[in-house]
Amino acid sequence: PHRTCCRTPPGATPAMNCRAEVLEVSVEGRQVEEAMLAVLHTVLLHRSTGKFHYKKEGTYSIGTVGTQDVDCDFIDFAYVRVSSEELDRALRKAVGEFKDALRNSGSDGMGQISLEFYQKKKSRWPFSDECIPWELWTIKVNVVNLANEQERQICREKVGEKLCEKIINIVEVMNRHEYLPKMPTQSEVDNVFDTSLKDVQPYLYKISYQITDSLGTSVTTTMRRLIKDTLAL
Amino acid sequence: MDTDLSSQDRKDLDKFIKFFALKTVQVIVQARLGEKICTRSSSSPTGSDWFNLAIKDIPEVTHEAKKALAGQLPAVGRSMCVEISLKTSEGDSMELEIWCLEMNEKCDKEIKVSYTVYNRLSLLLKSLLAITRVTPAYRLSRKQGHEYVILYRIYFGEVQLSGLGEGFQTVRVGTVGTPVGTITLSCAYRINLAFMSTRQLERTPPIMGIIIDHFVDRPYPSSSPMHPCNYRAGEDNGAVYPSVEDSQEVCTTSFSTSPPSQCVFTVTKAHFQTPPPVVTDTLKVPVMGLAFSHQPAALGVGSADMGFPVLFAGGLNAAHPHQLIGPGKEGGVPPIPSQPAHGTQADQERMCTPLDGVHYSAATPSSSEDTETVSNSSEGKCGSPHDLLETIFIRKVGAFVNKPINQVTMANLDIPFAMFAPKNVELEDNDPMVNPPDSPETESPLQGSLHSEGSSGSSTGNTHDDFVMIDFKPAFSKDDILPMDLGTFYREFQNPPQLSSLSIDIGAQSMAEDLDSLPEKLAVHEKNVKEFDAFVETLQ
Repeated sequence: PHRTCCRTPPGATPAMNCRAEVLEVSVEGRQVEEAMLAVLHTVLLHRSTGKFHYKKEGTYSIGTVGTQDVDCDFIDFAYVRVSSEELDRALRKAVGEFKDALRNSGSDGMGQISLEFYQKKKSRWPFSDECIPWELWTIKVNVVNLANEQERQICREKVGEKLCEKIINIVEVMNRHEYLPKMPTQSEVDNVFDTSLKDVQPYLYKISYQITDSLGTSVTTTMRRLIKDTLAL
Repeated sequence: MDTDLSSQDRKDLDKFIKFFALKTVQVIVQARLGEKICTRSSSSPTGSDWFNLAIKDIPEVTHEAKKALAGQLPAVGRSMCVEISLKTSEGDSMELEIWCLEMNEKCDKEIKVSYTVYNRLSLLLKSLLAITRVTPAYRLSRKQGHEYVILYRIYFGEVQLSGLGEGFQTVRVGTVGTPVGTITLSCAYRINLAFMSTRQLERTPPIMGIIIDHFVDRPYPSSSPMHPCNYRAGEDNGAVYPSVEDSQEVCTTSFSTSPPSQCVFTVTKAHFQTPPPVVTDTLKVPVMGLAFSHQPAALGVGSADMGFPVLFAGGLNAAHPHQLIGPGKEGGVPPIPSQPAHGTQADQERMCTPLDGVHYSAATPSSSEDTETVSNSSEGKCGSPHDLLETIFIRKVGAFVNKPINQVTMANLDIPFAMFAPKNVELEDNDPMVNPPDSPETESPLQGSLHSEGSSGSSTGNTHDDFVMIDFKPAFSKDDILPMDLGTFYREFQNPPQLSSLSIDIGAQSMAEDLDSLPEKLAVHEKNVKEFDAFVETLQ
């Protein structure tokens, strides 16, 4: 996989022809990571396939995706994720950075993390490849501070219930069977899927985040683009 | 435009729906076992994983589901339902959820069966995996044990929601349109349990108020028996599960990409006319079975991270055959025998549960043996490899078996993509060990002895008719990432074909040739006598 940086096509905003979903959660500081991972993993579970193996005449076969249960430590909640350590590491890294940024931003503790699925479209030199997003998930996070242990206990349960609702929402969106990129030929597969992982194949995605102040405006333009191959450890 | 479904598509679709139903049941029941589930991803297609998802098949559950379906498929008015209920140690029970797989009349004629429907069914299964963790019963099932157990019941027909109490809620998992109707998967779950937190449920044993009321209100008797969501190994009546005769269990694994317009390579006409990859009816290829060689939770280890569900409970309460003591509390766990889904051999079915006897004695030396072998190879963490569905082993009909190969075909197995399964064993038709060639007239003592080997082999073969290796875990080997691990290697090369030089015909021929060519060779050697002498002298 090449480290090409995609440019958004001129005049295009993510909203154009791109499905956008927004989820909001209020969590305690130590719950941020698990809550984000739960949502991101649930989305990626639906947006990952087995590895493609192309054969002659344009046919291909698909590998197998395993799954595993994850229990949260700070939330009364469990979720299912794809059995892929590489993918888990990549998500944890992104979420860890988001959490740190939230913590360092001050006491307001508001931010959002975005998971964007895109397709690459090759352009001729000297233009770099275009990235055309087709689905965008945004999770808005509000960090709360709790005074005592009893409140924390209630928060554990409440956030657990909220996350259950979010999972149901995500599944609802997935079930609409709206636009998905067409299954690519062998030469096109890297424009649609991330083929760098050894055991599963998610659609091409990138994760970015923003920290906002209480007015909702972007304080630090920490728009880090985490291209997949830079995360390979 | 031809909107009628081709017969091939229809067959495929029926098969997809059937296996989707079976996998749905597996996911639901496994999600209520009370343990974390963990399966491995595999980059190379094993050819046995339906919908490209690693979902284990618990044989008992498959059996119950097939029994309930009785060869039918979900259709309008005929839904497949999985009822999850809770039963306390006092004997009171309460329905918690009903999962419904329904079919309605809304057809989508345009949709491509072997491709789009298949992928959407796969997506729906993923959604089901996610949703099963999100309903209240999940948390209850994780805490099941001595106070209560979770039971499941599968039935087919009209959905009966009255047992869920008032105000039950429904969550839709998803829908998939097909040319014959729209498949809908949903869950209705009780909520007037909500005021009773799980803590209460654990600490106050008799929940008399609610359960008795509910019990009285039950308008209909259970039409099928409840089963615990713990693996119930070794039935009290010793029932084994004959595989239902299924024909054509093979599914396609290959997908075609229609070439996009900007694609450079030329596509020949032949490609366009090739129908989507086929389901062949009978395949005379070596039999492939499904091996679930896994590492059961070694209970002695006590690691909280053992993601694999403990499917065997330590003690079987003889008085309540349908109810097992909660899992994970005592005893060792023997590995689950795998069940090659092959319907014709009764002998084989008995072999399928060879470890039942071991199971009954809780925490016996045998189970500690198992824990030993497990701990040798166990990683302790769910994150490290669990080869639940990873290995396909070559089910070798034992050497010296004389039965015709026809009975043992791929078509009888419940694996998708069987035609793409690796064919790395030569066909048994050619295997002289299995079909010893006819004996020629004895020409030499050597030939005579070769022949008698073959025939004695076949005669002993008749006594153990089916020798099928169900599961194999070589000691000290780690079944992990490498496709060719020790176990696979052993299985594949356990019954090598007879050396061609030892086979009678060729042996006889070459012997005859040798004898004939002897005079010539002697003549040549005599000519070169001087050279030989010189050579010998150099040696001295």
